[in-house]
Amino acid sequence: MTYEVPRTADEKDLDYRQDGRSQWPMWEVFVRQKRGLSHVHAGSLHAPDADTALQMARDVYTRRVEGISIWVVRSDQVVASDPDEADAFFEAAAKPYRQATYYRIPDEVGQM
Amino acid sequence: MGIGMTGQERFEQLIASDEKVEPTDWMPEGYRKTLIRQIAQHAHSEIIGMQPEGNWITRAPTLRRKAILMAKVQDEAGHGLYLYSAAETLGVGRDELVEHLHSGRHKYSSIFNYPTLTWADIGAIGWLVDGAAITNQVMLTRCSYGPYARAMVRICREESFHQRQGFEIMLTLCRGTPEQKQMAQDALNRWWWPALMMFGPHDTDSTHTQQSMAWKIKRVSNDDLRQQFVDMTVPQAEYLGLTIPDPELKWNPERGHYDFGEIDWDEFWRVVKGFGPESRDRLAHKVRAWEEGAWVREAAAAYAAKHRKEAA
Repeated sequence: MTYEVPRTADEKDLDYRQDGRSQWPMWEVFVRQKRGLSHVHAGSLHAPDADTALQMARDVYTRRVEGISIWVVRSDQVVASDPDEADAFFEAAAKPYRQATYYRIPDEVGQM
Repeated sequence: MGIGMTGQERFEQLIASDEKVEPTDWMPEGYRKTLIRQIAQHAHSEIIGMQPEGNWITRAPTLRRKAILMAKVQDEAGHGLYLYSAAETLGVGRDELVEHLHSGRHKYSSIFNYPTLTWADIGAIGWLVDGAAITNQVMLTRCSYGPYARAMVRICREESFHQRQGFEIMLTLCRGTPEQKQMAQDALNRWWWPALMMFGPHDTDSTHTQQSMAWKIKRVSNDDLRQQFVDMTVPQAEYLGLTIPDPELKWNPERGHYDFGEIDWDEFWRVVKGFGPESRDRLAHKVRAWEEGAWVREAAAAYAAKHRKEAA
């Protein structure tokens, strides 16, 4: 059985899969658990527009009071680093002197 | 929001219950303005603060010290950027903030208007200046404004190495030749009082403290933070075998704190008003770097425009 995604007025909002069928665009969902904390990535979902994506994100990701604020961002707007390039990209691993524990501080001088 | 509650009431409730205020919440204009001024000043300080230490990168005594110093100065650039972003959540533009720094309308921490004369100054800055900054910043992780508090958590986590590498430099000098130990003492003599000045005027003379504490932007007063710093630092100086340049410094068993001498407030206000030893050069250097870097910004924009055209 096939399922046709209802079309929105604006065709641009539809993604096209390899088999030529259209689907709603993907949205990445970020949830703020409580005041004072950052929004953290919770997952993703398909939705025809931003307002619907917000409502769906609420239903999918915050059914048990997981959050008090949600951001949704079109997945195709997310620019990601290349996992295959990670070694060259994140060269900071080779710089242990950026860590506080790299420096030996005598116990006598207290916490630093 | 509670039913029938005004923005003001909701704001006051958040502050009273120790919850964070977030960018989309209603907030009093004074709260917004105070935060913009304070966060911008903090950001500017990180950026200007790259200069006194950057001065020694090419002359660091070993490759290890050079790599460490570069990492530290790089962190300061990063910390400036976290803070500018936090300020921007309050509705002010990045360009505007940079303009205010360049025109002298915004201030930055006076400590960076003192020169770094010897390598020992790099040790003294890490140990004392970063030590004082951390004392202040640990308090600010509990600030009532969410984006500022979160930036502070990140900064404090990264900054711990700054103080430790400074102390390590001092320790190495103090275990070296008598001349090296004297260099460390000389640096302590020059940086001790400016470090104490970093905490600002006495509580009784501070125009912003009372309101900032009521809004929980600040959690601890200038004088209390200064005392914390002195109490923490004196035993460290003793361990190094160095003498803090204050004849009145003495443990007070009744208070459970060190008593210490009075800051030269004339010098404090002179430097705040822009007459520090390096004030003119620091700002001129910053403006020159911005102007001479214009071609980099233009090239980046041209490159992006070219790729947009190719993609289209």
